[in-house]
Formats: sequence, C-alpha cells, structure tokens
Amino acid sequence: MTTDTAPVRTGAAGRSAAEQPVPARRRRLRQGAGKQHHAGPLAYVLLGFTALVSLFPLYWTLVAASTDSSRISQTPPPFLPGPNLFSNLSRAWTEAAMGKAMMNSLIVAGVISLSTVLFATLAGFAFAKLRFKGRNALLMVVIGTMMVPPQLGVVPLFMMMSDLGWGQQLPSVIFPTLVSAVGVFFMRQYFAESLPDELVEAGRVDGAHSLRIFWSIVLPIARAPMAVIFMITFVHAWNDFFWPFIALDMTNPTVPVALTQLSAGYVRDQSLIMAGALLGTLPLLAMFVVFGRQIVGGIMQGAVKG
Amino acid sequence: MATSTQLGSSAEPPPTHGSPVRPDGPGKARSKVPLMHRLDVKGAPYAFIAPFFVIFAAFSFYPLIYTAWISLHQVELSTFDVMHWQGLDNYTALVADERFWNALRNTITIGVISTVPQLLMALGLAHLLNYRMRASTFFRVAAITPYATSVGAAALVFTMLFQRDFGMINWGLGLVGVDPIDWENSTGASQTAISAIVIWRWTGYNALLYLAAMQAVPLERYEAAAIDGANRWQQFRTVTVPGIKATIVFTIVLSTIGATQLFGEPLIFGQGPNGVTGGIDNQYQTLGLLLYEEGWKNYQMGRAATVAWAMFLLLVLVFVLQRVISRLRNRTH
Repeated sequence: MTTDTAPVRTGAAGRSAAEQPVPARRRRLRQGAGKQHHAGPLAYVLLGFTALVSLFPLYWTLVAASTDSSRISQTPPPFLPGPNLFSNLSRAWTEAAMGKAMMNSLIVAGVISLSTVLFATLAGFAFAKLRFKGRNALLMVVIGTMMVPPQLGVVPLFMMMSDLGWGQQLPSVIFPTLVSAVGVFFMRQYFAESLPDELVEAGRVDGAHSLRIFWSIVLPIARAPMAVIFMITFVHAWNDFFWPFIALDMTNPTVPVALTQLSAGYVRDQSLIMAGALLGTLPLLAMFVVFGRQIVGGIMQGAVKG
Repeated sequence: MATSTQLGSSAEPPPTHGSPVRPDGPGKARSKVPLMHRLDVKGAPYAFIAPFFVIFAAFSFYPLIYTAWISLHQVELSTFDVMHWQGLDNYTALVADERFWNALRNTITIGVISTVPQLLMALGLAHLLNYRMRASTFFRVAAITPYATSVGAAALVFTMLFQRDFGMINWGLGLVGVDPIDWENSTGASQTAISAIVIWRWTGYNALLYLAAMQAVPLERYEAAAIDGANRWQQFRTVTVPGIKATIVFTIVLSTIGATQLFGEPLIFGQGPNGVTGGIDNQYQTLGLLLYEEGWKNYQMGRAATVAWAMFLLLVLVFVLQRVISRLRNRTH
C-alpha cells in the first residue's frame, strides 16, 4: 500500500483545487496530481449511482421475499418491503430444503476454506523462505495451474467420484477444491515481504525443526493474511456452482444447487424463490458487513502482487 | 494439528502431511541430530508443498488429461466403465453439429458483450474510487457486494427483474416509452440480459484489482506528466493505464477463462434444470450448457468430454491469438 506523503490539506482547499483546472505549478506543489485529487461532486454522483446499481438487486430481493407473488406482479412493482418476510423465509427453509442446503454449504465452504488456508500457508512459507531444488520451477507450475479451469475435468471427475463411492456426497465437492494456487501465491508474497529471514534462522539455531518453526513462528505472524484467504475462499466455495450442480442432487444440495430447484417448478412462487435467494446470500452479506474492509484489503493486496 | 509436540522426538524426521513426494524415506536416521537436521532441511520444503501438488494432480490435472482420453470413446452415463473406442468420431460429429457452432457463437458473443463493458466500467470505477473522498470504504464494499452474491441468487433476481410482463426493467423502460422487450425469447435481448448478470457480479471486483494497481503507480510519473502539461485525461491515458497494464492483462485472462466456462447464469435464466438447452431455440446455450446437456441429459459422456476439450482448445486459441496481436502491436509501435 502506498503511504500518503503529501502534507495534510484541509478539505476545502483540496476540493476546490480538484474541481477546477489548476495551473501545473500548483498541482506540482500538491505532490502528485492524479491520485490525490479530492472527489468532486460528479465523482460522488457517479459513485452513488454505482452503489445504487450494486445494492438495488439485493434490496429488491428483500422486497420480493417479504411480500407475496400477486403483489410482485403488480404494475408498478413494489418498492417497499411487505409483511411476509418471516413466513416466506421459514417456508423456504422447510419446503425448499434451504435449511439442509445451508448446512451443507456451511460444511463444504468451511472445510474447503480451512484446508486452503492451511495448505496455502505451508506451501507459501516453503516457497518464500525455505531453500530447495526446483523451487522456482515448481512455483511457476503453481502459477500455471491458475490457467487451467477445473471445470474442464468434470466428466472424469464425475466417474472418479462414483467409483470412490462419493456420488452425490459432500466429499465429492470438497476434495477437488481443497487447495488453491491463488492462495499459495498470495501467502508466498506475504512471507517474502513480511517474514524476516532472521526469525527463521533464529529458530534453526535454537534447534527447531521446520514444522516447529512453521507452527510457533510463522503461523502467529500470518494470522491476518490467513483470515483474508479464509474469507475469500469461503465466498468462492459458498457460491461455487458448476461442479456442485453436476456432483450433487436435490436431496443433498448446496445452496446454489438448491436455488436452481426453487426456480424450476411449473408454478413459480416468486416470493418463495426470492426468500430462498435471500436466505442463501445472507451469511455472506453478514460477513461483508462485518469484515468488508478486510475483504476489500485482501482482494487489493492480492492484486498488487498478482 | 497435534504435530507440534514432536519437537525433539528422535525417531523420525519431522512429520509430514501425507507426502508421497518426500524424497527421504523415514527411519533412515536414528537420533543423529545433524543427519536429522539435514533430512529436515532437505525434506520439509517438499513436504510443505506436497499437499498442493498431490491434490491438484489428482483432482484437476489427471481429470483434464483423462477428459482427452474419454473424448475418443463412446461412453454412456449409466455404464461408464464400458468404453468403446471411437477414434476421432466424436470430434467429427461435433464439428458437423449445428448446435456446437451455435453454442460456440453464443459463448463468444456473450463473452464479448459481458467482458468488454465490464472491464471498461471497472477501469472508470477504479479511477473514481482512487479519489480522496468521504465514505470510501462504503463505496468499495458496495462495489464488491455483488461479488458476494452467488450465481444462483443473482441470476434468480435478474430473471425476475427481466420478466417480460411484470419485470421492473420493462416497467422502467415503459416509463420512457419503450415497448416491453421479450428478454427471454429474443436472441439478442436474452444474451444482453445474461451479460448484465455477469457484468453486475464482476465489475466491482475487477475495479478493486485496478484500484490496487493504480495506488502502486509512482507519484513521480504523474508529476512528470503534469509538468509536461498533460491534463487529467491525458494523465489517465499515458500514466495510469500503462502503469496498471499487468493487472489489466491479468483481468483479461481471468475474464476470458470465466467467459468460456459460462454456465450458471444462462442455466438459471432459462429457469433451472430445464434450462440446459439455453432457451427454446438454444438462443443462449453456451458451451458449458452444451457440455452438461450432452453428458447429463443425453447420457453421452464421450461427447461431453469432447465439448470440454473443445472449450479448452478455444481457450488456448484465444490466448495464442492475444499473444500474437500484442506482439504485432508492439512491433508497429
């Protein structure tokens, strides 16, 4: 992250400077045009519009989930929540098997996230701080695997899972995504920059073996990036669709798989569908409300280095 | 993990996580610390990276290769242990199949109209987010909230918003005098609607990637450009965009991969498991949907594998093409 080296400016002065063209000399005095401009009214309007477009479909999910189907199909459509939110949610929970789906998604996303964090931290540490033959070549292989979309292997994967006796079972969607190349790379970059070699050396001098060093020196300082990987992986695992849709059936679905079932009936109960969609999104939205800043920071950190 | 308790235990080199890659067999050294140490230093790195490679090899690499083998056979879903050698018959059948070309066209069209506006808008949004402003965290979190919404939920909401008779979008268009659009049954409109879902979900995410890269562009370059009299738009074009070129390439790669694999959005837009045909006239059937239809509706796994391999070749082709184009452009500059 870049630190802001410019002297702190009062808001008023900076803003008026941003709104009108400024002579080049003054701009230079402010140390760096471009990035330190204050947002003008137009920027706020555009950003406000973007936020509206981003959030409106979710708001409307809430509106539709809280009313009944006849009101949804009125013209003009309803813009305010109705009284039926909890009855619709509980119907979605029971009738549409969203309860089971949420439990399954929690297990799947939880296990995948934990294992991704653990293996990414182990491998990231090894790639950043341990010396071994073929290190750079193997790291290139890791990066190269990001280019291979896992979806392309679904046909044999389906056969494999049946042979293993995991057909329609949760392990069939857990195992293929237990590791993540992005995670490994992210952790490697973190350790390369933030873990001093001296700490590892000191551990060696004290006679600790590699796993001991990993456990008592590396893990404690890597908590923040591990949390970031956990959350981002959780989001991806919770929302993963293609393979779970193939691997699981409606008796044992994850959330996205169950949602397709909701929409497939001949008589489509719109507010029930929306209640299901809302239910399936709520856990992630809650996570974003609480940890939004950390998730944003994590995505951005990954980007600079990737 | 209980493994940390093994400090100083002399029987074995440091515990490993099921690591067949590990070159040094256990039990060679008995309580000789220097040898132990050497084993540890040599072996531990491989043990640490082994889980990634083992799982990737088993569940990603091997299936990808095996897909090619299956695509040379006739295999039925119900009896997939029985494989009949077909040679390249699946491929010739695929090339002769109008549905394949239709799906390929749709995949490319939807790919272009979802990716190009998405990345351009992400660039603009990142530029806005890069200003100093109040409530910047709010705007950033709002921008990636769609990324937290699953394909399922997003596609369901948008399907409803795009409803022909009572959807909010047609209602809004009606206010400005536009006749209702049949978003599902018309080819162009349905592909636009599906692209809208993709754009909605991914623009903010890409914008954050760009924003991060923008913040890493050195201030001096802006200063130099400002001294040369470049206005803000010129600075954006001559400093910002070249400065974040690596990230732009990265997002193009990611979006292209995503576009060739497009599946959930059109499936749910076509109303669930019945939507694998991509509309009544296959007007928005993508290669992903065709793969699923061949494998799990027509029970022809060999053909499904052929479609998968075709998708992979498409991806390779796109990247080769992109390389060639950027080479040529560098040469002309």
